[in-house]
Amino acid sequence: MIKTKIVHRPKLNFWQKLYFPEVFRGVLLTSRHFFKNLILHFFHSFGLFRRIAAAVTIQYPEEFWKLPSRLRTRHRLTKREDGSPRCVACMMCETVCPARCIYIVAEEHPDPNIEKRPKSFDIDLGKCVYCGFCVEACPEDAIRMDTKILDIAAYSRQGMMLDMNELLNPTTFIPRREASRKS
Amino acid sequence: MLAALGIQTVLAFIFLGFVFNLAALHAWIERKQSALMQDRIGANRAWITLPWKWALPINWILMPFNKLGLFHPIADAIKMFTKEDYIPPSGNKFLHTLAPCLSLFFALVGFAAIPFGNTIEIGGRVISLQVANINVALLYIFAMASMGVYGVVLAGFSSNNNYAVLGGLRASSQMLSYEIAIGLTVMGVVMIYGSLNLQELVRAQGNYLLGWLPLWGVVVQPVGFLLFLAAGIAETKRIPYDAPEGESEIIGYFVEYSGMKFGMFFFTDYLETIMIASLATTLFFGGWQVPYLMDAGFHFPWGQAISLSPLLVSLLQILSFVLKVLFFCWLFMTIRWTLPRFRYDQLLKLGWHYMFPIALANVFVTAIILLVIEGM
Ligand code: SF4
Ligand code: SF4
Repeated sequence: MIKTKIVHRPKLNFWQKLYFPEVFRGVLLTSRHFFKNLILHFFHSFGLFRRIAAAVTIQYPEEFWKLPSRLRTRHRLTKREDGSPRCVACMMCETVCPARCIYIVAEEHPDPNIEKRPKSFDIDLGKCVYCGFCVEACPEDAIRMDTKILDIAAYSRQGMMLDMNELLNPTTFIPRREASRKS
Repeated sequence: MLAALGIQTVLAFIFLGFVFNLAALHAWIERKQSALMQDRIGANRAWITLPWKWALPINWILMPFNKLGLFHPIADAIKMFTKEDYIPPSGNKFLHTLAPCLSLFFALVGFAAIPFGNTIEIGGRVISLQVANINVALLYIFAMASMGVYGVVLAGFSSNNNYAVLGGLRASSQMLSYEIAIGLTVMGVVMIYGSLNLQELVRAQGNYLLGWLPLWGVVVQPVGFLLFLAAGIAETKRIPYDAPEGESEIIGYFVEYSGMKFGMFFFTDYLETIMIASLATTLFFGGWQVPYLMDAGFHFPWGQAISLSPLLVSLLQILSFVLKVLFFCWLFMTIRWTLPRFRYDQLLKLGWHYMFPIALANVFVTAIILLVIEGM
């Protein structure tokens, strides 16, 4: 059986029907915010009462929001002690990737203890859906998504391709500065 | 004769400069005030900094303006002037160009009749601080305000766009409904002070009730004042009466306008806001009157007196006018950022079913009270 819930319009009382008192109340509310923030901004410009915020705005390129530590951000490849990539080109991430945006070409590793290494390792961020499966799948902890780089933009599709060098040294994009503001 | 003409021209330029700058500043006030009301910061990225080493002190002076975002109106103007000016090929080219000019013109000429100060004496010549001393100034202002709707209707008509036509129609019916209400509310004030001349109206508001309460329009016509505010905001076509330009539904009569022509419509909105603000000041808040300020200085009701020079008195009066206008601009902006838009039918219903009868009743009650007082 379908249960229906009838929502009645609230009946307006006399003062609400007059409209003016309600307008006055609304104006009172908004102007209270206005004057409070105005006075706070005035004090802030003299360096007073900085701890009471006058606006919720985060002025983006100068200030940053504090990111949660588990947030998935741009990928990076981790390195061994000698600086070479930890990746063994097992193709696990390429296989698991639902967007099919990882392209790995493998080659023989000079060290006989390690079977393979990537000759090239490209990720197409234009396709990536940031699911994090590649990180989960990797047996070597070779790929991570913890660079905290969010401002990813390019003028072309080609610009969204990250090559191995970029993944190992995530610097070409402006790295996020330390969060200057508590969340 | 020539000297009088010259003085009038100078006055016109001074007042026009005030109005124009205030209107341009409205773009900034709108952004910043809405930001403050909504706990935001507001636009503050249009900076002017000079790259040279020697310009350091200039940069230092510019810094507070930069931080307050005061250069955004300039950025707006540059953007509007450099944007493509598109005229729809199926529209009427001549009328399309004429419409914003008409709007702006009729919004501007009304200011000529607003008195922004009492008389000032310079070099033995007494100058009345008003651009044009018209006997029927009130009628003139309302005539000009209603002519302004021609610009809007023409804009809708000449764009050959259904939404624009809808906007134009809405604007004309809204103007029609609220022009009547506004005219009637003002009648009460005119009956009490007995003049259509705004300068006389303001002078008459310099009297005192019971010896201490300034006899301002708002004291003797409180209902009229509220109705005037409500209908006046409708005149400016801004929220909550912005059915002609409802951005979220029909965009309005200026759909097909771009560049500076759109800017002119926008500017007209601001000018009309200032117009209504100065009218409210003149009719209901004593215009340039400062409470207890006579020609020779302050005369407080408790007997104290401070004598001031005539020039200082004049300046104080001008300052009082400007501050009152600014207050009303602030109030209109607050209302604009507080209330949601009326639906079109609600808007007409409010105008015809409530405002018009109440305004009529106000006129009747005022007339009866005046008769009773005269009979006593
Ligand atoms: S995050 Fe998901 S979509 Fe992006 S590369 Fe890794 S597996 Fe592919
Ligand atoms: S799963 Fe890890 S080790 Fe395997 S190819 Fe991907 S990054 Fe390299």
